[in-house]
Amino acid sequence: MASVAVSAVEAPVVAEHRGFRQRWYRTPSFVAGASILGAIVVVAILAPVVTWHDPVEQNLVNLLQGPSWSHPLGTDDLGRDIWTRLVYGARTDLRIAVLAVLFPFVLGTTAGLIAGYFGGRTDTVANWLVSVVVAFPFYVLIIALVFALGPGTRNIFIAITIVGWVSYARIVRGEVLVAKRQEYVLAAHAGGLSSARIIGRHLLPNVITQAVVFAMSDIVLVILAIVTLGYLGLGVQPPTPDWGRMIADGQTYLTTHWWLSTIPGIAIVVTALGLSLLADGIADLLRPE
Amino acid sequence: MSLAGYAARRLLQMIPIALGVTLLVFFLIHLVPGDPARTMLGTRATPERIALLHEEWGLDEPLPVQYWRFLSRLVHGDLGASLFYSVPAGRLVMERLPVTLWLIGLGTLLSVAIAVPLATLAAAKRDRPTDHVVRAVPLVGLGFPSFWIGIMLLLAFALNSGRAFPVGGYGEGFLGHLHAMFLPALTVALAISPILIRSLRASLLEVLESDYVATARSKGLPERRVLIRHGLRNAVISMVTVLGVNIGFLVGGTLVVEQVFALPGVGQLMINSIFQRDFPVVQAVTLAFTIMVVLVYLTTDIIHAALDPRVRFD
Amino acid sequence: MTAPLLDARDLRVEFTLARGVLRAVDGASFRVAPGEALGIVGESGSGKTMALRALVRLLPRAARLVGGTVLFDGKELTALDEDGIREIRGRSIAMVFQEPMTALNPVMKVGDQIAEGPLVRLGLGRRAARLRALELMRLVGIPDPARRADAYSFELSGGLRQRVMIAIALSGNPKLLLCDEPTTALDVTIQDQILALLSSLREQLHVSVVFVSHDLAVIAQTCQHVAVMYAGQVVEYGPVDTVFREPRHPYTLSLLRSVPNVDVVRETLLTIPGSPPDLAAPPSGCRFHPRCTFAQPDCKSGEFPLRPLGESRATACIHDEACAHDVRRDPVIANG
Repeated sequence: MASVAVSAVEAPVVAEHRGFRQRWYRTPSFVAGASILGAIVVVAILAPVVTWHDPVEQNLVNLLQGPSWSHPLGTDDLGRDIWTRLVYGARTDLRIAVLAVLFPFVLGTTAGLIAGYFGGRTDTVANWLVSVVVAFPFYVLIIALVFALGPGTRNIFIAITIVGWVSYARIVRGEVLVAKRQEYVLAAHAGGLSSARIIGRHLLPNVITQAVVFAMSDIVLVILAIVTLGYLGLGVQPPTPDWGRMIADGQTYLTTHWWLSTIPGIAIVVTALGLSLLADGIADLLRPE
Repeated sequence: MSLAGYAARRLLQMIPIALGVTLLVFFLIHLVPGDPARTMLGTRATPERIALLHEEWGLDEPLPVQYWRFLSRLVHGDLGASLFYSVPAGRLVMERLPVTLWLIGLGTLLSVAIAVPLATLAAAKRDRPTDHVVRAVPLVGLGFPSFWIGIMLLLAFALNSGRAFPVGGYGEGFLGHLHAMFLPALTVALAISPILIRSLRASLLEVLESDYVATARSKGLPERRVLIRHGLRNAVISMVTVLGVNIGFLVGGTLVVEQVFALPGVGQLMINSIFQRDFPVVQAVTLAFTIMVVLVYLTTDIIHAALDPRVRFD
Repeated sequence: MTAPLLDARDLRVEFTLARGVLRAVDGASFRVAPGEALGIVGESGSGKTMALRALVRLLPRAARLVGGTVLFDGKELTALDEDGIREIRGRSIAMVFQEPMTALNPVMKVGDQIAEGPLVRLGLGRRAARLRALELMRLVGIPDPARRADAYSFELSGGLRQRVMIAIALSGNPKLLLCDEPTTALDVTIQDQILALLSSLREQLHVSVVFVSHDLAVIAQTCQHVAVMYAGQVVEYGPVDTVFREPRHPYTLSLLRSVPNVDVVRETLLTIPGSPPDLAAPPSGCRFHPRCTFAQPDCKSGEFPLRPLGESRATACIHDEACAHDVRRDPVIANG
């Protein structure tokens, strides 16, 4: 009896995702986003191959050079090759961004599932926590946390996780509240399945879609947070290359060497555009036909 | 229920959240690795100074006691003294507040001035080239870091050939302030307007398909009146909400923008205090920002209730 | 019949959907005389609402009027451009919608909504427009108009909201009122009141009415002529008494027969066994033939436009005699 309930229950999830494989190449935003992002990721991975200078090594003879064969984008105020730092900056920022989305995603989804499913006091407490975190302006809290914890990549994760989990928790909780009234959940209950199994095998696959869609647009926000922290001097510490830091370093030379600040900014915009397009594409594809 | 009754009810609901906020701010000091007093003093640390801070902050007492002391001092407006300036932290914040408020106010105004016409235009000319151009704005625009927008604006309008605006600073007198704050406020506005454009356009399109717009059209009213008096009038309600929800980002944005334009506001105070390891000031600023944002949430809720009478009867 | 106020011929409305093009209305013709009420009756999906809206081109975004003529008061409406048809709306032809909760602006006082027409279209000043609104509210039977004018739509009951809608419709002094199921969303008792109101207004103001409904009794009660629609086409037309007593189209007959008890007819939505055709791919020949008890082989192909049967009677069925014979044999107790 229980197994009958289980197989009937699993049906809704499969129906939603069947269309994905056939449709992805016909969705323009997905294709465009994946291409842009793919190009950037490939370049970042192949950093040692596509660059021929050291990103960190200073060369005080070669300060603030214009574009040349050896330095296609010129050098910065410490003689470092800009193209190299740009590519390695992509590595740094993208890597941190992915992890800084993953942790809040996991934490928030778990919290949302528990709060939504069990309701009652657990839910009230969770809601209160969410409201408190949300009351803080996003950047202010992150900066305050980075200050308290100290600079460094690990603390960037922690700070973003503490602030970022709330969005996922809210989304997942909302989905769970709707889903737990559906027949397949009631059937699972009646079949005597444990809470853990219901949450894990039946609720989770169905409510996670919205969280995934949000995660895609969250990456953009997180990248912006990372480069903003970098600009303020609170993020990735020098000499590790970071786009935000590069823009800050270039601001002093704005009148004469305006490209020092402009180029990393363009890199950020293009990366964010690729991610946004990808996010739109995935949202389109995950929507049931 | 009257508007005043609704406002009172919302205020009451804020209390547990306000308490939670103070708790979080209080806990910041306990996140600091090692001995917070020693870490904050840094190079200035001497055994006497450390002991003094332990005394003043009650660091050796049990946590609930510490929190109680923190809360009671807070209620009296005492946020501790700056480690750097030997002045009450609260006073430092108040001195810098006007600049930041200018930025927030002017920035919000400009963002609405940008978003409303663009979104309305896009909705009126749906699926035609104008619409596609306007729709591209949020897509590309959300990826622009606010500090980079500021730097680009500096490049274009304050440096080199276009010396129309000052490079930084606050200016003198009302007009001086307006002139100096224009580029920073524009930066803030440009950073937040993509979200506003997208949501207002979507909500306007939805409203234009509704039955009451059909009724308005069946009266033979000119399309412009239908668009504005019936369409926009209903769609802005949701925009006020969106603005309120995103005010956290707007305020956070001012923090960064103050750095770009060297504005002597609360945000710059925070950044400087971070580098000076002046914990009480950082704490005070965090609290100040949060209070501002919470007040804005409340205000947008009340404006929403004023615009949409249905909400009051919840 | 005197010259009709409205003469719609062969209307066609197309819907462009993701899965293809759909003809919501595919050949609908009907007439309305001055001061009289025409009922358009049919199941949901028959195209009656679209046909009504097509008259003033108030169609949803995905729909377009692609054929037919609409002669109104000597003017050809289909030849008018956007500004021209807007001129007609409100002043000459007004609409009353089905669901007054959603058809009224939620953030605008109802008095202002009624006054808007006179203010903008009739060029009255604010005070004059307000007075006119109060006058209209009295006309439609809203008690205590001065206080009610300052209310919002959600503060009013369903019946009052519908009266407000009617007041709005009348505010431009139209010659023709188009009513799209105005009583469907209302309580049975309120329905009676609104129908009585509409009838008295029609007589008082000598305004014509087109009344769309799925409810035969309502049509019988309020209208002089009726047009029966099926699958986007008008299949029968004539005086209400005659058509209901002696229908000359099998669809009309089955409609009448499917009503179990005339007195409770208002509480049930009509259904007939089988299902209405997919308008993106309708059956060949007569669209009703798959469900018709009188169907013959020659019904399966060809075109079947409305055929006049005398002064103001028409049917699309070529075997109408068989149908009439069947009714004479086994009459439906029509609401006489």
